[in-house]
Amino acid sequence: MKKPDSVYYFATCLVDLMYPDAGLAGMELLRREGVRVLFPQDQTCCGQPAFNSGYRDDALAVARAQLACFERDIPVVVPSGSCGGMIRTHWPELFAGQPDEAKALAIAARTYELTEFLVDVLDIRLDDLGEPVRIAIHTSCSARREMGVADRIESLVGQLGNVEVLTQERKPECCGFGGTFAVKQADISGAMVKDKTDALRATGASVVISQDCGCLMNIGGAFEKQGNGPQTQHVAEFLWERTKR
Amino acid sequence: MTDARHNILERLRANRPATTPAPATYQKPLGWDREQRIASFVERMQAVRGEVHRIGDGDWMDWVNSELPSRGLRRVLVGRGDIGETVAGRHAAELDVRRYEEPIENWKDALFHDVDVAITGVRAGLAESGSLVLWPNPDEPRLMSLVPPAHVAVLSVDTLYENFAELVQAQNWAAGMPTNALLISGPSKTADIEQTLAYGIHGPKQLITLLVG
Amino acid sequence: MSTTSSSTSQDQSRAFHARIDDALHNDQMRTNFRRALTGIMAHRAKQFPDDAQLQALRDQARAVRANSLVRQPELLEQLERKLTENGIQVHWAENPQQANSIIRGILQAAGAKTVVKGKSMVSEETELNHDLEQHGIEVIESDLGEYIIQLAEEPPSHIVAPAIHKNRRDVAELFKRFHPEIPYTEDINELTNSAREILRHRFATADAGISGVNFAVAETGTLCLVENEGNGRLSTTAPRIHIAITGIEKVVEKLADVPPLLEILTKSATGQPITTYFNMISRPRQPGELDGPEAVHLVLLDNGRSRIRVDAELLDTLRCIRCGACINHCPVYVQLGGHAYGTVYPGPIGLALEPQRIGLDKVGTLTSACTMCGACGEVCPVRIPLPKLINRLRAEAVDGHPGQAGLPGHGSLRKSTEATTWKLWRLLYSRPGLYRLFAASATRLRALTPSKLGGWTRYRSTPKPAPRSLRELAKKEGFGND
Ligand code: SF4
Repeated sequence: MKKPDSVYYFATCLVDLMYPDAGLAGMELLRREGVRVLFPQDQTCCGQPAFNSGYRDDALAVARAQLACFERDIPVVVPSGSCGGMIRTHWPELFAGQPDEAKALAIAARTYELTEFLVDVLDIRLDDLGEPVRIAIHTSCSARREMGVADRIESLVGQLGNVEVLTQERKPECCGFGGTFAVKQADISGAMVKDKTDALRATGASVVISQDCGCLMNIGGAFEKQGNGPQTQHVAEFLWERTKR
Repeated sequence: MTDARHNILERLRANRPATTPAPATYQKPLGWDREQRIASFVERMQAVRGEVHRIGDGDWMDWVNSELPSRGLRRVLVGRGDIGETVAGRHAAELDVRRYEEPIENWKDALFHDVDVAITGVRAGLAESGSLVLWPNPDEPRLMSLVPPAHVAVLSVDTLYENFAELVQAQNWAAGMPTNALLISGPSKTADIEQTLAYGIHGPKQLITLLVG
Repeated sequence: MSTTSSSTSQDQSRAFHARIDDALHNDQMRTNFRRALTGIMAHRAKQFPDDAQLQALRDQARAVRANSLVRQPELLEQLERKLTENGIQVHWAENPQQANSIIRGILQAAGAKTVVKGKSMVSEETELNHDLEQHGIEVIESDLGEYIIQLAEEPPSHIVAPAIHKNRRDVAELFKRFHPEIPYTEDINELTNSAREILRHRFATADAGISGVNFAVAETGTLCLVENEGNGRLSTTAPRIHIAITGIEKVVEKLADVPPLLEILTKSATGQPITTYFNMISRPRQPGELDGPEAVHLVLLDNGRSRIRVDAELLDTLRCIRCGACINHCPVYVQLGGHAYGTVYPGPIGLALEPQRIGLDKVGTLTSACTMCGACGEVCPVRIPLPKLINRLRAEAVDGHPGQAGLPGHGSLRKSTEATTWKLWRLLYSRPGLYRLFAASATRLRALTPSKLGGWTRYRSTPKPAPRSLRELAKKEGFGND
């Protein structure tokens, strides 16, 4: 794909309310590459929470409310693997046979996860201005398996000269977030995030980054509760902070 | 139970999914020459603790006569085919050779307790997986390769195929299957305790292939 | 929603959570699982160094299985015809009771008193051992793992490695208790040798053998069994009767379908290029043959399978070749182990299969034990989209449109409180104006965020909304609306 003049930014509900700085950093990275970033003020949520809980009618109603926000034929960039995966893989299922199916399919087809867009479409070049730091990367399961773009975050970080990436045990294993899973099966989720945080802490990294705020809320929240552990940060914020002049 | 049959088939027919294209016949040609086949067979067999001895132009009976007594494998079971004839006719004096020529019911106890090693022929070998292919028959029955603690298999290099897919096609197995067909890839083993491999759980503890030619 | 179904659904949920609680507090068992599964995953990965080849093999395996499901009624009839021609007797059973009574009937008619058994998950579905023992027939499980759990009187905790939850000390203790004549040892080789000695005599004297089936080939009337130990071969060769039991979905069309399935099965299951034995049985003992069973029977069990054909998506469930790879890679299973699920099949395939087989009203809660991480679907050799199926079952379980045909227990897990919560969520998130108001107040009133959010805060701090939402920041930083 050729570099577009403009893109839509679909922040998703979690980023909007809990991680606005990460969301903003993603927009800044895109803007610096000369892309006009549009933030439709009427956007809310991709519908994933209800969809994963089995409430498809409600998921559909919420997803449907997004369609009007992203009508122009320009890419939709999402700073989250799981929301990107929801749109790209599950919207087609959700809208199957609906009157607005074609619209949904069109949006799904031009939806990108942020790191995927930075690497594949913008071919972004990064210049590391930050202090030396040792980090670990947690790849979101949706980015890895639903969207198949887990390696983009690695290649972005690979451009940063002062960043050393440490690898935790069982890196591809889920952190235990799973949306409503973390509430419905809180104890299993707790056991999973315990294993994940143990593995991350054992690397000795001082920062853990990810492309998904759900994972970060889970892992970061657990570190905080445990009282020690690396800082957690969304990849967009990490990249922006280290490369902004 | 004819009702069960009827009901099951009716339900299956009532919910018939859309047809999918029939799968293409699976092939996995590797383009290996004779030496590559031999090398792979030996490597795979040894990786699972199977013994392989290349007999070259020599005589596999020499191996039998010199090795079995020294390993304490004296009570030898053979069948009624060529291999059995050869062993019965030419075995060393220290070996006590018995023929499998009666129905199992007549001597089950002896088979389970009084045989150290069985020697059989092999229909073919598979290079990629390191497997022996056996079609047991009245001359070399099924339990020969299973009950005795050691199994010596005489495999001709000329019958080494690349893999199972090639063999099934080349020999047109679909045209007629024997009572029992077997792929044997190493001695009996288990990993049921702590995923740790242990050999010789129920079948032969030793599997020795004499690769002839 | 009737009261009975609501109380059943609460009961199943409560029971499931109680088992989960037990499992999570069993540190030794969790250590056993973690160690075992880490090893199996590494072994599997080594078998597939070339991803393109793996994906091609998965396509092939998927096509073979999909084809056999589409043509299942015809293939089953062909299988029956071929087997009968070959002298193997075929029996059909709709449910466990029928299957058990068929098998019991065969054994009783032959005067069989002892049975050696190879591993069969289908016989776990019918609780065959229990049934036979109640009728005075002794059953000895001969697969080492199955033998261990038979001594312990436990069900399998994994479909391929039934005793995976036990460590060597557990096994040593069991052997000490049941075979005090054998010197105590925790050495795995010695334990294995003891089992050989104990079971050998059983093979020599058993009246009948019972086994499962991995693939049943319609074209030739051939039953295929995959194993490492040789107990499957012994059970199907040494006694004078062999009874095989299998699910009706195991039929495949042609012999040529077998090589790719065998290859991907053994590599996916245990990370072996091939198992020690691949045993293909097409006939009972023929005139002139000196061993092998005089009678061979095949019992084809439905037990809920034929109704898993409501639509093409659900049908995918039946492609399963029971390799266990999805289980080995499941991050929930590794925490819980197999017994917590409370069903014959645990892990992702259990989540997808059991609610369809048994009913959402009975075991639909299982589907909550999934983060949708996708690890299972990524490794499944026949490309069953497990997360998609689990999600679909969640939707079926809480669906609010009654009367829709299809799955047993449809809509039975719908709770009005939860449904109302989602209705509110929908209201908020589908009305941009309302949502903006909500976002603005949530961020400004962040200090009022409740500090306890159920189970979440047992393991994590309370998430707090940011002082300003992104939509506000975006506006301020000059990112336009359109
Ligand atoms: S669902 Fe797939 S991965 Fe799981 S046991 Fe069945 S075939 Fe194997």
